[in-house]
Amino acid sequence: MSALAATPSRWARFLDSDVFASFRRSKLAMAALAVTVLFFALAIAAPWISPQNPYDPAELDLINSNLPPIWSAEGQAPFLIGTDDQGRDVLSAVFYGLRLSLVVGLLGVLVSGGLGLALGLIAGYFGGLVDTVIMRVADVQLTFPAILIALVVDGVAKAAAGGGLDTNATIGLIVVSIGLSFWVQYARTVRSSVMVEKNKDYVQAGRLIGLSSPVIMVRHVLPNVLGPVFVIATINLALAIITEATLSFLGTGLPETMPSLGTLIRTGNRFLFSGEWWIVAFPGLALAGLVLAINLLGDWLRDALNPKLQ
Amino acid sequence: MTEPVLSVRDLRVEFATRRGILKAIDGVSFDIARGEILGVVGESGAGKSVTGAAVIGLIDPPGRISGGEIRLGGERIDDLPPERLRRIRGRRIGMIFQDPLTSLNPLYRIGRQIIETVQTHTDLSARAARTRAIDLLAEVGIPAPERRIDGYPHEFSGGMRQRVVIALALAAEPELIIADEPTTALDVSVQAQIITLLKRLGRDHGTAVMLITHDMGVIAEAADRVAVMYSGRIAEIGPVRAVVGDPLHPYAKGLMGAIPTLTQETGRLAQIPGAMPRLTAIPAGCAFNPRCPKVFDRCRVERPDPIPVGGHRVACHLYDRAEVAA
Amino acid sequence: MSAPAPYVEVEGLRRLFDVSKPWLNRMIERQPKQWLKAVDGVAFTIERGETFALVGESGSGKSTVARMVVGLLPPSAGDVRITGVSMTDPAQNAARRRLRRRIQMVFQDPYASMNPRWRVGEIVAEPIRAFDLIRGEAAIADRVGELLTLVGLHPDDRVKYPHAFSGGQRQRIAIARALASEAEFLVGDEPTSALDVSVQAQILNLMRDLQDRLGLTYLFISHNLAVVRHMATRIGVMYLGRVVEIGGGRELFTHPKHPYTRMLLDAVPDIGLTGRQRTPVSGEIPNPIDPPPGCSFNPRCPFADDRCRAEVPALIDGVACHAYQEGRLT
Repeated sequence: MSALAATPSRWARFLDSDVFASFRRSKLAMAALAVTVLFFALAIAAPWISPQNPYDPAELDLINSNLPPIWSAEGQAPFLIGTDDQGRDVLSAVFYGLRLSLVVGLLGVLVSGGLGLALGLIAGYFGGLVDTVIMRVADVQLTFPAILIALVVDGVAKAAAGGGLDTNATIGLIVVSIGLSFWVQYARTVRSSVMVEKNKDYVQAGRLIGLSSPVIMVRHVLPNVLGPVFVIATINLALAIITEATLSFLGTGLPETMPSLGTLIRTGNRFLFSGEWWIVAFPGLALAGLVLAINLLGDWLRDALNPKLQ
Repeated sequence: MTEPVLSVRDLRVEFATRRGILKAIDGVSFDIARGEILGVVGESGAGKSVTGAAVIGLIDPPGRISGGEIRLGGERIDDLPPERLRRIRGRRIGMIFQDPLTSLNPLYRIGRQIIETVQTHTDLSARAARTRAIDLLAEVGIPAPERRIDGYPHEFSGGMRQRVVIALALAAEPELIIADEPTTALDVSVQAQIITLLKRLGRDHGTAVMLITHDMGVIAEAADRVAVMYSGRIAEIGPVRAVVGDPLHPYAKGLMGAIPTLTQETGRLAQIPGAMPRLTAIPAGCAFNPRCPKVFDRCRVERPDPIPVGGHRVACHLYDRAEVAA
Repeated sequence: MSAPAPYVEVEGLRRLFDVSKPWLNRMIERQPKQWLKAVDGVAFTIERGETFALVGESGSGKSTVARMVVGLLPPSAGDVRITGVSMTDPAQNAARRRLRRRIQMVFQDPYASMNPRWRVGEIVAEPIRAFDLIRGEAAIADRVGELLTLVGLHPDDRVKYPHAFSGGQRQRIAIARALASEAEFLVGDEPTSALDVSVQAQILNLMRDLQDRLGLTYLFISHNLAVVRHMATRIGVMYLGRVVEIGGGRELFTHPKHPYTRMLLDAVPDIGLTGRQRTPVSGEIPNPIDPPPGCSFNPRCPFADDRCRAEVPALIDGVACHAYQEGRLT
């Protein structure tokens, strides 16, 4: 179609949009995006750039245990930022830990976002009793701290499974816990946007041509309530990563044989007072950097998408 | 001839955006005499509200007045520091907006708001100010003002609220009132009451009124003179009867023909093709030239200056003596 | 032989809205449920090919009537029949589904009436796909191009998004979408109220041209008397949920009978009437949740007497007014 050429593509429209212009203006947003992309790249590339596979016991050697970073007198190549008590390279552990943290965080956001989006759409579109029930559950949910819900889900599941959960099941469990803890914010936001959108005439026009409610919801309402969901998802990604780290730190998360950043911080914590500071400091810095960058990105996105702040 | 209350000369307002500078107002000049109602009419985006905002100094960044001058009672006010301008606003210029709720604080009784305004601008005692407030409410047609003065804004209907806002605007006995779409949010039957009130007050107090609206009907009924705006410029200005009954500018002609009226049945309405250009794409020469049925070459290159024709001033090359002779 | 049935028949239409406070508040404050009677006892007919207009101020219930006529809102009582098919009777569901595509609506706000994330072509094609009127992408694209041309746009406009269009152009797209399902009855709910006058003229002219070409029937809702005068063959004047007067356009405007119609005609600012002396109008529309008893116009009516304050007047010979029936109007 030749006429298509006259209308800019989605990408060209994005480059010309106010959101992109605001991004170009904000140095902080650009820096945050760069750091976030860097962390994602490190996580994805972990198997190729790590000096060692920290999950493979065969590659660990106790002779190399508790080595300080390379710039101190006792530092040894290839352990750039030292090793832990198992002889595990801290840098490799951080790369692999990032990978786990991001996977759990992204899956958690996906589950909580999906759940919240679906419930918010249903509550907002149908209203009435359905709405009342969903939103009262949300209210009750909000009275419990997210971490408590995650601990309860975790505890119940472990008790039910008899304690013998493998790593993948543990990851699944953490993802579900995070999903159940964070869906409320999505549901509330989506519900209020839906209540605005569903009264707009384009929805009425859809009803006039006999479209069913699910079709109207998915085809017309959903695309128009996604903006705020992306903002929440970004900010929640940071929260989910922290929640995973907290669970792991508290010992209900990922095991020491397959450490996430939280697990690394927990194990490293034990060595803080015996002088092996690098075991806890570098995973901690990685976690803080990642969460800060994502949060700054989320803040910027929220401001950029909010026309009132322009 | 006495000096006009408001005199605007070659006013220019610009908005800086990331796509460049938009000229919202581009060389607008007009006067309003004592007791006169000047209607400023135009379609959305014509710059009528921006003109009003410029006169009261309410152009916020990224907008700015980039040229021309505004004189109130002979004194130049467009270059005053914000603090002095703020004092003039309210004291010497009253304001009435479309939505009365934006002008009234919902938490205060209306009496308190009027009394405060009266006391800010006069040295009346509290008791005298209250009496004055009751008089004002009575004057704008609020029944039982001595009782209603202690009511809150939400206790008033839309029309009554707009009356209260008018009382508030009158409280300091300003020389000029700027009314921006004062009747647009009201029902037809209430609109008529507010128009009648504005006309009477202008006459009784000798207040000059700048009445900004998109509704030609309101202008036709209320205004003494009317300025028709298009793309940030005045296309035609003149006595209301002349401009409504016998418009000269092709845009004004098209506009009057496009309005359905109660008195005549027409098969088809006159129709101006297209729409007003966006501020980002104002054509060269006369801004109306792409839509004009009488366009000729000069219109596409040279911007017309207002030319006096009869009692009107028309910004159109058709009325240039050189063109008429040719 | 009896005359053919009207295209649209509206009978005893009523619609209540629940405006009560939430259940918990009602229990604590011991208040009963509150109902807003938005529409009550509205009846009219529309002949095929004519334009019937409902005119009234805010709160008159004219838009609620429109939504009930097209079936977006179920009536609390009464019925709407279009070509004899009831819009409420469950027994006529199948017939109503067949009728569905014949009835379309043009909304007031051209910025809210189309999905901002869809291209114009998809917006106009949606009814075609929903009713499965045309098969094949190329054929649908041709039809969309034809519809866009019909409303004065270019077929190539289908690849653009709504934000690229002005309000008037969007209203053209909305009309194209309404016609896409081969509608024969269009309900316009203030279709030009959000537009500037010069653009309003374009849309009104377009609607009249389309009516002539396609034989459309219109129900036109507006608060603007001059627009209604221009468009309608017959007009119903509404006040607080009721029709107070119904009549042919010219008759109603030259010889208004109901005191409210008279007041409205006298009050409306009009460019044909520069500097006229107007009869002062008093009062405002009462709160529809708590309307006055009897004729709802009685508090503002110069002819009101005790009967008007007690008894709701019925619509007789096109006027619902005791004073008119009793010959008390001057």
